[in-house]
Amino acid sequence: MPVIEIVGLEKTYKVGFWRKRAKTGLYPLDLRIEEGEIFGYLGANGAGKTTTLKLLMGLVFPTAGTARILGMELDDPKMKAQIGFLPEQPYFYDYLTGRELLEYYGQLSGIPGANRSRRVAEVLDQVGLKDAGDTQLRKFSKGMLQRIGIAQAILHDPKVLFLDEPMSGLDPMGRREVRDLIEQLKRDGKTVFFSTHILSDAEALCDRVGIIHQGKLRGVGAVADLTASVQGKVELVWHGNIVPKAFASLGAEYHVTTDTARAVIPEANQDAAIDALRRERLRLISVVPVRKSLEDYFMAQLNSPAVNQTANSTPNPAASAAVTS
Amino acid sequence: MSERILHIASNTFREAVRDRVLYNLIAFALLLSGASILVGQISIGIERLVVINLGLTAVSLFGLVIAIFIGIGLVSKEIDKKTLYTVLSRPVRRWEFIVGKFFGLSGTLVVNTFFMAIGVFAALLYVSHHLQRSDGWVLVALYFIVLQFLIITSLALLFSSFSSPLMSAVFAFSMFVIGSFAEDLRGFSAMVHGIARWLVLGAVYLVPNFSALNVISSVAHETAVSGQLIWYNTAYALIYSTMALCGAVLIFERRNLK
Repeated sequence: MPVIEIVGLEKTYKVGFWRKRAKTGLYPLDLRIEEGEIFGYLGANGAGKTTTLKLLMGLVFPTAGTARILGMELDDPKMKAQIGFLPEQPYFYDYLTGRELLEYYGQLSGIPGANRSRRVAEVLDQVGLKDAGDTQLRKFSKGMLQRIGIAQAILHDPKVLFLDEPMSGLDPMGRREVRDLIEQLKRDGKTVFFSTHILSDAEALCDRVGIIHQGKLRGVGAVADLTASVQGKVELVWHGNIVPKAFASLGAEYHVTTDTARAVIPEANQDAAIDALRRERLRLISVVPVRKSLEDYFMAQLNSPAVNQTANSTPNPAASAAVTS
Repeated sequence: MSERILHIASNTFREAVRDRVLYNLIAFALLLSGASILVGQISIGIERLVVINLGLTAVSLFGLVIAIFIGIGLVSKEIDKKTLYTVLSRPVRRWEFIVGKFFGLSGTLVVNTFFMAIGVFAALLYVSHHLQRSDGWVLVALYFIVLQFLIITSLALLFSSFSSPLMSAVFAFSMFVIGSFAEDLRGFSAMVHGIARWLVLGAVYLVPNFSALNVISSVAHETAVSGQLIWYNTAYALIYSTMALCGAVLIFERRNLK
């Protein structure tokens, strides 16, 4: 049974003074996330990531479609006791201290009093706010607010976590810590659904990613599958800073540093290029097929017309591969 | 009552205290002590009447301002600042949030009124050097003022569940003003005919009857308040605020949070 199952979930807003104009925030979305997965939901600002998360959290109501988390309806309190949510650019009750805020959320999540204080101390330590627990939130920096946001999301030890732009506002050290934390959550068997527009974070963390653009899911799959297609080019790297003259006729794009040179050439010219290097007595270091990066794939999806994603939104590798073809 | 409602109420109370809402007590204390000293010097024989009138009116107005201006922000502030997101993504139902907020602000107003009541009795002691049996009716007037706060708080919550804070304040304040003239409106309905009569009667039953809850003047004149009126007003305030609260819940349950 999938941990998150979304079937035809759609959101249309009525806009304008008389609310007669319809604006689609999310086109029918089908998606299944399995237990223990880290799923990256990628898209530019305004693509529909937050709308999807708000629908899943029951903060806005769908125009059509359904979704279930842990096999339960979205408004089921039993389900909500088992999920954690970090909104984008979180803002909390700034008159509370970090500890008071977590105590309050612990009460609302139904953590018994005896365990609550211990758990609050543990989580403050885990997100690096051990010494700031008794400081009022109005004195917190943006990065500290993001950390306390993560703390409240993991406080009640949820099975599924929804993180909206969790690295936003963090310095490089903070981003690294959040990455480590998400990896730890995966090791603990949690399922993590996180939205981001930072592709390197997704590439480093996710088992699978989904790309959303203008409210439509454009592709879903494992990062390795999405980026597996070879572009029909190879990259050659060799010692020295000499480029054989023959490379000019081989369609090579090259880059030379003080002690190495590299060239990207069409795969068909690979043998001719290696022969040219041999003739010049240059020592070849590597020959690597050029693969798509996640960024290449992301940009390609954003620039392509909408594709039908419904059949491609399961974690099945075969299905994932279909998206790329 | 659900424990979650209590936690939300207690957090709302804590917010009001930390946002220095109770600082209004200082202004109230200054107003009342200044007035008592002044009244003691310029009026003969009616000091008690002036102090009760002024004191209870101040309690009512200070509380009204708090009920409206905090009440209208109870929901909208949480939506604007997105603090509601992390509350409603927990096992908290939307109606529990509204009811918790209502109890939190009502609790704040009760505590505020309690301290103001001490101030009123202290001023009474200051001007007449003793308390008398009829001063007990001041407590009844204070109780009715609290009932008014419950109604206004529930109305502020109702309006803020569908309109902007500014419009909610305008609506809530208008309800208070019109409701204060509810008895006059009732009399007026008997004088008009046709559609106008039905419209006025509709308004009479729609707006809260604050004039029945205002016994400040009669208490100041040492007139007793009937037990029947106490029961009637209690039931009326509870039913009215429950209905307004139900309206707020019904609207909020269907609201998309931006």
